Amino acid sequence: MLAWTIYLSFAGALVEVLLPRGRAGLARALALLIALAGLAIAVAGFAAGVGQGRTTITDVAWVPAMGIHYLLAADGISRVLVLLTGLAAVAGVLFSWNIELRTNEFFAFFLALIGGVYGVFLSFDLFLLFVFYEIAIVPKYFLIAIWGSTRREYAAMKLALYSFVGSAMVLIGLLAAYATSGGHSTSLIDLAHAGLSPQFQMWAFPLTFVGFGILAGMWPFHTWAPTGHVAAPTAASMLLAGVVMKLGAYGCLRVAIGLFPHGMDPWGFSFIGIGSWRDVFAILAVIGILYGALVALVQTDFKFVIGYSSVSHMGFVLLGLMTLNQIGITGAVLQMYSHGVIAGLLFAIVGRIVYDRTHTRQFGDLEHMHLLRRLPFAAWAFVIAGMASMGLPGFSGFVAELQVLVGSWHANPLWAAAAGIGIVVGVAYTWRALQKAFFTDSRPTAEDHPKTGWGDLGAVTWPEVAGFTLLSAASLLIGAYPRVLLDTIEPAVRTFLAGGAQ
Amino acid sequence: MNYSELFRVTLPETVLEVAALLVLVVDLAFLRKADLKTRASVAALLGIVGCVAALWLMPAQTMFSVDGTVSTALLVAGGWVAVAQIGILVLTGLTLALLVDAGFTRHVGEYVAIVLMSATGGLIIAGAQDLLVIFVGLELLSLGLYILTAFAKQSGKSAEAAMKYYLFGGMSAAFLLFGFSYLYGLTGSTNLHQVVLGSITSYGSGSPLFYVALVLVAAGLGFKVAAVPFHLWAPDAYEGAPAPAAAFIASVSKVASFALLIGIGTVILHPFGNARVVQFVAGHRGPMPKYLGLQHPWSMLLAVLAAVSMILGNLAALAQVSVRRLLAYSAIAHAGYMLLALAYLSSRGAAALLYYVLTYGLTTIGAFGVVGVVERSTGSDRMDAFLGLNKRNPLLAAVLLVLFLSLAGIPPLVGFWAKFNLFAAVLGVGGGVVPFTLVALAVAFSAVSLYYYLQVLKRAYVMPATDATPIKMDAVTMAALLLIAAGVVVFGCFPALLQNWIASSYPAL
Repeated sequence: MLAWTIYLSFAGALVEVLLPRGRAGLARALALLIALAGLAIAVAGFAAGVGQGRTTITDVAWVPAMGIHYLLAADGISRVLVLLTGLAAVAGVLFSWNIELRTNEFFAFFLALIGGVYGVFLSFDLFLLFVFYEIAIVPKYFLIAIWGSTRREYAAMKLALYSFVGSAMVLIGLLAAYATSGGHSTSLIDLAHAGLSPQFQMWAFPLTFVGFGILAGMWPFHTWAPTGHVAAPTAASMLLAGVVMKLGAYGCLRVAIGLFPHGMDPWGFSFIGIGSWRDVFAILAVIGILYGALVALVQTDFKFVIGYSSVSHMGFVLLGLMTLNQIGITGAVLQMYSHGVIAGLLFAIVGRIVYDRTHTRQFGDLEHMHLLRRLPFAAWAFVIAGMASMGLPGFSGFVAELQVLVGSWHANPLWAAAAGIGIVVGVAYTWRALQKAFFTDSRPTAEDHPKTGWGDLGAVTWPEVAGFTLLSAASLLIGAYPRVLLDTIEPAVRTFLAGGAQ
Repeated sequence: MNYSELFRVTLPETVLEVAALLVLVVDLAFLRKADLKTRASVAALLGIVGCVAALWLMPAQTMFSVDGTVSTALLVAGGWVAVAQIGILVLTGLTLALLVDAGFTRHVGEYVAIVLMSATGGLIIAGAQDLLVIFVGLELLSLGLYILTAFAKQSGKSAEAAMKYYLFGGMSAAFLLFGFSYLYGLTGSTNLHQVVLGSITSYGSGSPLFYVALVLVAAGLGFKVAAVPFHLWAPDAYEGAPAPAAAFIASVSKVASFALLIGIGTVILHPFGNARVVQFVAGHRGPMPKYLGLQHPWSMLLAVLAAVSMILGNLAALAQVSVRRLLAYSAIAHAGYMLLALAYLSSRGAAALLYYVLTYGLTTIGAFGVVGVVERSTGSDRMDAFLGLNKRNPLLAAVLLVLFLSLAGIPPLVGFWAKFNLFAAVLGVGGGVVPFTLVALAVAFSAVSLYYYLQVLKRAYVMPATDATPIKMDAVTMAALLLIAAGVVVFGCFPALLQNWIASSYPAL
């Protein structure tokens, strides 16, 4: 059943292309319908999968001569991420309701991207996973280059090239694993059991981990993320931060860790306390957490703050993965969900609710706009989203980051301590952004006066309210009762860690 | 040896020649008064009918040989040769379809006749088993290409390109012939099998002349596939030749030349059954270190050509502003990937290479078709001529998107599958560090290539049009382009369709 999320999205993209130009309303309605259908299927699939392990959805020989199968399957991790994709898709459509330029093409690229993302999360054949992974690259480029803002062509090209270089590294790993294992199968399960030699895994692991890590915003390969997020149209930044970065993290988990677990074995020597690839990537993750947070603290562009905060939050995901223990990886998966929802919300507020009305994202300008009075909805929405982003109890981020911290404490207390500092800085930059954008007390000047200088910012529309409600509810619900997701994630992670990896 | 056997083996070639003469007669005798469009359509149609007839009469697995054994064979047909020949005929048919609306010449009859004769040369080299037959076939192919390049008589560029192409071609043919003469002198035979057997002993005795001969042959054949450093003609020829002729050069000539190289590679593989044994035989005496994973000094040359071609082709393509030159450099890069599979040849690799070159030919014909249409309406093949193509003709832009993404190797289009299959086959030979590094290099450079393909797509889709008048194209061209785009998508989504057919045609060694 879950497979229909993929087919529906691609079919929707095709229909959008064929729609006559100028029928913007129709294009929007269709996109919303497809996204809602996808979400409904994702929720149904999630509910049906509770308490089940990995279930095969489709298994058809694709290229029998080379052992490549069209193999779709889902385990707890996939189901949660498919659910996230469904949420992000619906919210993305709602927050791009005001796109007027080439509307049908916009939603065609949007749905193609979503289809690719669903595909990655559901593929259990490495080749198929890679195909979907690459399918997601091209729509991203066009979404940013055509509908973006600040330096959009530069940012779009940078994003496309970073992604493609990352996927080239993954492809090399894939080819090597396929050839080394004898060229019989590309199924993740078969490859994991192919008995790849530890020496091979020792270099294949960092190669694929970095390849996927680029898309997950791993420091120092994160630079596409802030520029890309800032340039992208709102819905695209929501998807980028919400699900595309998760593709990278998911690949790190499913492919790099799942297929090449011995790549994380100790090297046998240690250099300034670093004795394995696991240490290397954990330290990069911690640097990402701290660096992203510190850089976010000094930005003058509202969207850059959110962009760098994504780097910081994705650092938690990568750190969680590198703990290699039950609670850490569970936390990482939960953090993928949580960050997907929260970052989507933040980008929606900054990009759609604020920027589309004020046409500036500079704190220097926003300070004089008294947005608290003129856009109270945006202000209070950002308060809620900001609290979620800081990781306050009651929101999903709290549960996720706590688990990652506990997991990394078990692995190496130093990592946990450094990541803890990152959380504190996270509070600071969110607070600062909140204050500068909405709660500044600069006195109104004559031209700021409501009767002379204030243009009408326009009322908040229903799609914005609906999208906000959807995402904040998704975060609050998990924050209040995390077992909804944990009951699905935990067994899947346990199976994943227990020897067979897949 | 008897001539009825020869006739049976060369039936498709004969049919093409007859069709070429028929086109000439019909065009010059009966259609003198007709308008250009009709003449072009009739000539193209007759040419396509000729190709279809040749397809129909494709012989089954057979061989033309003096005493019935491979050691005196001149031509083979059927099996994987038939696959290559079918590919050549289909691609020739598609390039002819592009002629209908091209309008660069009034001599459409001659054009089609020369295309068909050139394709005949391609068919011959695909199955050639003898140095002399190879040379004759190559010249038949090449001479046609020089003329086709010069066919736009009003264009100075076309004449210049043809001159360059001809001079380079003449020189490389001289190299090739010189190399062949050494090989003959060293081994006492012009038959490929004898030459290879002799060369292994000659190699064992370490004759330096053998290496000279191989380098000369590599220069001659490297010219045909536009491998660096014998690539200099390609950007000029691709830029100056009329679009359908450029499409023919980029596709049919490529397929034929790679078929020839596969033929040579197969003969090298053959005597020992499989790659590893050859490596063992060649490796025990020294000059071929084992970590290279190479089978023969010939492979070594090909590996070097492959590496420089993919590096230089991709890097030079980054700097192009003319889309035709961009396609030329991208062709050089693709030749590099394909040469890699030749250097590390296995029976799987040969099938993967055939797959690659056939689908690459298909894609590149489409790309030149699109360039041709844009050129006719804007008068330029600069990247900026593609500005706002999506607005001016959405269908054409969509075809361009599919073709260029396929060239860049984005799934689920056929270019991705071809690359994956090819690289997997190279790694499957199991050579060790060097082939792995080369594959890694190839994959990395195909990431680079995305940049320049996106440059064109960016203009078509992202940047605003400077001139928003719709671009019109003729129904036949449109049908051909749509067919090609559909092929690229379908073969990409269902790679097994073509793969099984090709793989079953190549003998497992």
